[in-house]
Amino acid sequence: MSKNTTSRKLAIQIAIAIAIIVLAVIAKKSVADESAGTISTERAEQLTHMLRHDCGSCHGMTLKGGLGPSLLPEQFKDKNIEYLKLTILHGRNGTAMPPWNAIISEDDAHWLAEFLLSGRINELNK
Amino acid sequence: MTLSNTPKSKNKAFKLLNAAMLTTAFSLSALLGGCATTSTTYKASGDLGTIIERADGAVTIVNTTARTIEGRIEGLGDLSHASIVYSRDEQFAYVFGRDGGLTKVDILNQNIAKRVLQSGNSIGGAISQDGKLVAVSNYTPGGVKVFDAETLELVADIPAFYTDENGEQKQSKTVGLVDAPGQRFVFSLFEGNETWIADFSNDEGGLVTKPKITKLSNVGKQPYDALISPDGRYYIAGLFGEDGLALVDLWHPEKGAKRILPNYGKGEQRLPVYKMPHLEGWAVAGNLAFVPAVGRHEVLVIDMTSWQQVGQIPVYGQPVFVMSRPDGREIWVNFAFPKNDTLQVIDAESFDIQKTLKPGKAVLHMEFTPRGEEVWVSVRDEDTVRVLNTTTYKEITSLKALKPSGIFFTSRAHQIGL
Repeated sequence: MSKNTTSRKLAIQIAIAIAIIVLAVIAKKSVADESAGTISTERAEQLTHMLRHDCGSCHGMTLKGGLGPSLLPEQFKDKNIEYLKLTILHGRNGTAMPPWNAIISEDDAHWLAEFLLSGRINELNK
Repeated sequence: MTLSNTPKSKNKAFKLLNAAMLTTAFSLSALLGGCATTSTTYKASGDLGTIIERADGAVTIVNTTARTIEGRIEGLGDLSHASIVYSRDEQFAYVFGRDGGLTKVDILNQNIAKRVLQSGNSIGGAISQDGKLVAVSNYTPGGVKVFDAETLELVADIPAFYTDENGEQKQSKTVGLVDAPGQRFVFSLFEGNETWIADFSNDEGGLVTKPKITKLSNVGKQPYDALISPDGRYYIAGLFGEDGLALVDLWHPEKGAKRILPNYGKGEQRLPVYKMPHLEGWAVAGNLAFVPAVGRHEVLVIDMTSWQQVGQIPVYGQPVFVMSRPDGREIWVNFAFPKNDTLQVIDAESFDIQKTLKPGKAVLHMEFTPRGEEVWVSVRDEDTVRVLNTTTYKEITSLKALKPSGIFFTSRAHQIGL
C-alpha cells in the first residue's frame, strides 16, 4: 500500500468523522429547538399547576422552599437548563427529590427548566 | 354630627340608631329582669372547625352539626403547608403558615386576634399540655420557637444545631413537633437525625422559660414526620433516609430511641416519592397501629405490644394520611400524586379493603367528626369539601372552599398530640 493511499484514506476518515460531528450537533440543536416548542398550551397550564401544587408540597407553593430548597431564579445563578432537566427527570440521589420521568417527559422537563430559569414564577406569585 | 347623603354616613347613622335602640332594649330587659347582666356572651364552639384554603391564605370556619360555612378569615399569608391547633377553650385557632406566620384566629368572633411572622419558613406547631405555650417547628432557620399562647410573645428559642459528618455545626430543619404530657414538646431534626424533648415544667407545677432539653441522637436517617400515641407515651418518627421508624418511650427517654421495622422492604426498589407521607394522629385499633410505608403502595401494621410488623396491606397508591375512624373500626387512607383522586377504607380487623372511593381530583386531607359518624374530605382541584357518612360512604353534602387542604375540628383541643 503506498503512502499516498494511506494518507488519502486518513483524510477521508477525518472528513467522515467531522461530518458526523457536524450532523450530530445540527441534529441535537434541532431536537432541542423542537422540544422547547412542542408542549401544548394545555400541557403548559397543567405543568404550571403541578409546579405550584405538587412540586410545591416540598418546595412551597410560591417555590421559595420547604423541605426541599427554593426554586426561585436567584437559586439557579450557576445552573443551566440541562442541570435542571436532569434533576427533574432523574431526581437527586441522597435527597428527597424523586425522579419524575414516569410523569414528566423530556419536553415537559425542558419547559419546566426554562420556566424556572426565566423568572416567570415571580409573575405567577404576584 | 352633620348628616350628608353619602351612603357611608347613612350607614353610620343607621348603626348609631341601631345601637341606641339596642341599648334601650337592653336597659329595659335588665330593668324588667331585675337582675344584673354581664357583657360576656357565650357561644358554643365544640362543633366548629376550620378549613385551610391554601392558595388564598384564608381559613374558612365551619359548623359540623349544621354542615355549614360560618365565616372566612383572610390575610393569613402563605398557607401552602399549614396546620392548626386549638386553645383549650376552643375559641382560638393557632394557624401555622408556610411563610413563618403564626396567626391566632378567634373563631367565635371571626377575627384575627394576633399575628406574628416568627421565621422565614415553618412547617407546623403544637400547643402545650396546659394550653399556655404554642410551639412552632421551623425550616429556615431550623429550630423550634415557643410563644405565649395569650400574647404570642416569644418565650423560648431553640435553634436545632447538630454536628454533621465533617464535624461542622449546622442548623437542621425540624419536623414532627408534638406536645407531650409533663409540659413537654417533642420534635425531630430532619438533617440531624435526632429527636429532642424540650421540658418546660418546673417543680412547682408551673412553667419555665428555659426548657430542659434532652437530645436523643442517631434515631435514624432523615426523620420526616412523627406522631404520638393518644396517651402521650410513645413518640414515633417516620424515616425517609432508611426503612423503618424510630420509637421513643416518653416514660423512659433515657433509654433512647429504638428502631422498629428496620428490615421493612429490604432489597426492594422503592418507588419515587412524589409526596411525603404525613404521620398525624395515630391510627390505632386495639393493639395495632397503622402507618404509611414510604415509597410503597402499602400500609404497615405494627403490634404495639411487641413493636413488630404484623401486616402489610396493599393499597391503591403511596399513602399520605392513614387515619383511624374515632372508634378504631376502620382505617381511612388517601394517596400521593398522581393517585390522589382516591380514598380507601381498610377494615381494621380483617385488613381487607372495605371500600374504594373517588371523591375527586387531589384529595388532600380528611377529618372525622368527633365521634366519627361523618368524615370531611378536602378535594383541592375541585374547590370542594365533601361530607361523607362513614356507614354508607355516601356523600351527605358538599361545601365550596378555594383549594382546600387541611381540615381541623375543635375536638382536637383536648387530644394529646393534636
